Amino acid sequence: MWRETFKIALREIGRTPLRSILTCLGVVIGVASVITMVTIGSGATLKVQREISKMGTNLLTIRPGQFRHGGVREEAPPFKLRDLQVIQKQVQGIRSIAPASSKSVQVVFGNKNWATTCTGTNSSFLQARNWELESGRSFDMNEEKRGEAVCLIGQTVKRQLFGEEDPIGNVIRIKSVPFRVIGLLKEKGMSFGPDADDVVLVPLKTFQRRIAGNDDVNFIYVSVEEGFSIDRVKEQIREILREQRKLGPNELDNFEIRDARELLEAFSGTTRTLTLFLGAVAAVSLLVGGIGIMNIMLVSVTERTREIGLRLALGATQGDIIRQFLVEAVILSTLGGFIGLGVALGVSLLLCKLFLLPFVFRPEITLLAFGISFAIGVFFGLFPARKAAHLNPIEALRHE
Amino acid sequence: MKDQIIVELKEVTKIYGKGQNAVHALRGISLKVKQGEFVAIMGASGSGKSTCMNILGCLDVPSSGEYFFQNLPVTSLSPDQRALLRRYFIGFVFQSFNLLERASALENVELPLIYHRLPKGIRRKKALEMLELVGLKDRVHHRPSELSGGEQQRVAIARAMVTEPVLLLADEPTGNLDSKSSHEIMELFLRLNREKGVTIILVTHEEDIARYAKRRIVLSDGKIIKEEYVA
Repeated sequence: MWRETFKIALREIGRTPLRSILTCLGVVIGVASVITMVTIGSGATLKVQREISKMGTNLLTIRPGQFRHGGVREEAPPFKLRDLQVIQKQVQGIRSIAPASSKSVQVVFGNKNWATTCTGTNSSFLQARNWELESGRSFDMNEEKRGEAVCLIGQTVKRQLFGEEDPIGNVIRIKSVPFRVIGLLKEKGMSFGPDADDVVLVPLKTFQRRIAGNDDVNFIYVSVEEGFSIDRVKEQIREILREQRKLGPNELDNFEIRDARELLEAFSGTTRTLTLFLGAVAAVSLLVGGIGIMNIMLVSVTERTREIGLRLALGATQGDIIRQFLVEAVILSTLGGFIGLGVALGVSLLLCKLFLLPFVFRPEITLLAFGISFAIGVFFGLFPARKAAHLNPIEALRHE
Repeated sequence: MKDQIIVELKEVTKIYGKGQNAVHALRGISLKVKQGEFVAIMGASGSGKSTCMNILGCLDVPSSGEYFFQNLPVTSLSPDQRALLRRYFIGFVFQSFNLLERASALENVELPLIYHRLPKGIRRKKALEMLELVGLKDRVHHRPSELSGGEQQRVAIARAMVTEPVLLLADEPTGNLDSKSSHEIMELFLRLNREKGVTIILVTHEEDIARYAKRRIVLSDGKIIKEEYVA
């Protein structure tokens, strides 16, 4: 009986192929957007996860907070080198701690010119952030202490200023101060946040004296020793900083300590908005697709009134008729679902290539596509099917 | 068995519409038909003969009165139960054939057997036998549009008979046919009645068509006004 029902349904669908395809289109678009959304979403998440673990999940980033003061957003006072020294002395489980202050600068080499970010820090910075050198060396103690004009450059800066040439030993100008390039950083290729390869690192003291003209420290990076609780270290640092910054017991923190997990959460916050938007598009097109199927099924019921009357006269029960039309609606919608799946895989493959995301094929999305479209077929097919089954056979047979 | 009553109507009335617009299609019909009879119901249009046919075919229910089909009280059955009654015991032949245009003669004859849940092989075999019986052995794969009116009605008769029904109902079966085809079709009915023993109730307004039946019932204005047996 089911086989017959399927055969009849397929014949009906095949009788008007163009109409059937157009009917499916809404479901195709709906399912395609759902699947694309899921695939791109998991690709992006995977990429970010990989990068964050590359960055080190044991990295703490500390920065002065922002707060609102009578409608004006203010930056809390920056840190001083003294804060770092206290933290390093009092907190257990710190692998490395590095200060960082940054400023947008123009760097010049020969007749080439590049706008980048100059960061003043110390040699622990590389370890704290899991950065590596490709060639040359990092700052030594004397250079840091004396505030010498030496620098490490990232790959983007190297490309812009030196092209294929070896930068080590050359002198570049930052704010008309000549700096000797002593090291080249490895490519990091981060895809979210600012380009981590577009950097120039100089000793903190040099930065403070010759570039910023103050003794501020804008960021502190702490890398937690393996085996120590990140949360404990965080809490200890928090207490020290509150003390250093002379915050009363009722005052809120005017600084932030973030770890990689929070970074991940902040990221998923932004993707959630995107997902919500795409989800709304998908929901609307699925709804429209379902209504399209219902519409065509109603037309089909009207067109086949006589046939329905005949089948009822031949002894088809209402259940038989409902099944017939429901199967037809479900075939149409699942057909749309599978076309949609194909479209989605094509589009996501393309988008993943375009945005350099890993392409994640999750086999369960096939089930998702099938499930959604099946449900649409049943839901929107039921009304026309019931309408057909409740036709009066006498009137249906007389229908012209 | 021969004298078993297949169909029994008791004071059956049928009213369409309500109040002022009410149409009394049947005004109290009582009728018994025995196994193997060949009955013609005659009457002018509007006499209620089609309504009578629909009630006999379990497609419609009376407004009052009772209908027993093989002693089964049809009046108290659900629509689905009546569907099953039609499926297993009743065959229909319509004036306008009602064949599926997109299906071959064979597929049309197979159609009711689908609802008998029979496997394809058996369906095909029975349908072929029945098409042979109605003389369309070499027209099996033709579409209805490729057949003459008489041939189309033969396909319809094969479709009605393939389920081996107890009762065959024919509503103006020759209404759309020329005189020669009409008589061929009536001969076929006669043969089926004689050879297969199927009970036939035929609705017609043509005298010479009704003449094939052994028993004639004339309706007028929703009542039986004349009943006669022909030798």
